Amino acid sequence: MKTTKRVLTFATASLLSLSLLAGCAGNDAASSGTVATDGSTSMEQVIGTLGEAFEQNNKGITFTYNPTGSGSGIKAVQEGRCDIGLSSRALKDDEKASGLTETVLAYDGIAIIVHPDNPIKDLSLENIAAIYTGKITNWKDVGGQDAEIVLIGREANSGTRDGFESITDTKDACQYRQELTSTGDVITTVASNPNAIGYASLAAIKDSVKPLSVGGVAPSESAVQNGSYVVQRPFMMVTKTDAKLSDAAQKFFDFALSKDAVELISKAGAVAAR
Amino acid sequence: MKHKKHLAETAIHGVFLLLGLITVGCVLLITVYLILSGLPAIREIGLWNFLGGRTWASTEAEPSFGILPFILTSVYGTAGAIVLGVPIGFFTAVYLAKLAPPAAKNIVSSAVNLLAGIPSVVYGLVGMMVLVPAIRIFFRLPDGASLLAAIIVLGIMILPSIISVSMTALDAVPKEYEEASLALGATPIETYYKVSVPAAKSGIAAAVVLGVGRAIGEAMAVMMVAGNAPHMPSLFQSVRFLTTAVASEMSYSSGLQQQALFSIALVLFLFIMLINATLNFFLKRGKEG
Repeated sequence: MKTTKRVLTFATASLLSLSLLAGCAGNDAASSGTVATDGSTSMEQVIGTLGEAFEQNNKGITFTYNPTGSGSGIKAVQEGRCDIGLSSRALKDDEKASGLTETVLAYDGIAIIVHPDNPIKDLSLENIAAIYTGKITNWKDVGGQDAEIVLIGREANSGTRDGFESITDTKDACQYRQELTSTGDVITTVASNPNAIGYASLAAIKDSVKPLSVGGVAPSESAVQNGSYVVQRPFMMVTKTDAKLSDAAQKFFDFALSKDAVELISKAGAVAAR
Repeated sequence: MKHKKHLAETAIHGVFLLLGLITVGCVLLITVYLILSGLPAIREIGLWNFLGGRTWASTEAEPSFGILPFILTSVYGTAGAIVLGVPIGFFTAVYLAKLAPPAAKNIVSSAVNLLAGIPSVVYGLVGMMVLVPAIRIFFRLPDGASLLAAIIVLGIMILPSIISVSMTALDAVPKEYEEASLALGATPIETYYKVSVPAAKSGIAAAVVLGVGRAIGEAMAVMMVAGNAPHMPSLFQSVRFLTTAVASEMSYSSGLQQQALFSIALVLFLFIMLINATLNFFLKRGKEG
């Protein structure tokens, strides 16, 4: 009796798993498959919004995004671990030489953020550089209260840090008090310290911190688009130069650069490249 | 029939052996991998420059890979956690094992177990949101993310292992010892500190070493409260531990920088091996003594 029952259970289980397999095979090839993206944590909002819309328009295609950082994303596409790498910095020459191509998806402003209670509203690019290199260490030197400036930054090799340091020309010279490993960490830390200054992707800024204007230009989508807000960088899609993308990945690639994507990208706080 | 049984025995024996070998294999694989990937960078940088160098600037145009700040931070941080955690943990263990009424023992030990079950990221989060601002305000610092914050978090994190291992050691002290001491006219407190604790001393030492191991290997919680700037350690300065040095740069690293991170992992691994050897020493002595 017991054996019969077991055999029955087993049979049912195998039948069910078989039907699952059959269900997979039933989809037509064009609208199935996966698109794997991997890379920059600052592109999370943009790529998340695009991926969601893409999945909705293409039932059966699974879209994945692995937020590991620009460097990892580039490495992942190089090693074939993902379809499209996401980088928030331009490719280095040796990366291009290794057979990778970059396509600009959007532009992102890097906002310079302070605690909402900080009276400072505007800093020049030179002052920002002087603050981060330790030449100005007190808020009163730039018109604020008498308090030591606490420099919050990102870890070495972060796309945002690379973007910020190359724009402000402070490469290898920043005197960070804290080096944090994600955009969210920077925002949380600045929000909890009235003397802190940090930088983070404009798309990720919340009300808990105050973005400063730079040289009189407030960070906004239009200011990034027309180039008047100077602290900005590209969001790249990185692909292999000589390998063809899978059908699903190509579909996403085209979608991300299409007219339909422009509004989605701006909804996510960045500015579409086209 | 008998033959069949024998065969089954052998087969099961083989399965167990295989499963046991998987663990050994993992340890060997990790050890060999770490040594192989950790050595090239040390050779390139130079052992002395690597271990004794005071600056870590892995991504600069002319990078320097000195991990002395990380080593000292890990040592100071762990020592601080021990100074903070051991007295609290030890007295809690004595109280729970010897003095506490059953109801209190129940409540406190379940609280300790709960403390052990809290994921380290939660410790980090609470530290980041509560402890770091509190340190900043209390000590009038520009910023609270510091070695001190890490020490406090680590001190709390090692409590469960210290308490539970010391408690087990104290519970294992034969009742006759204590009864003899009490019969000779010693008070209960005298008995516990002059008879029970010395009898359990190797177990308590093992608890401390276990705490050291836990503290030196912790990455997530300290990463969230220590600030992670590669400075030479000082109590109110933002610091980077060996663990966080690997964790914070690994995802973006490449080339020599990545190899150097493996070398840091190798150094950390050697520290942990040393601690494990110490632990084995105490446990063995406990068995013999």
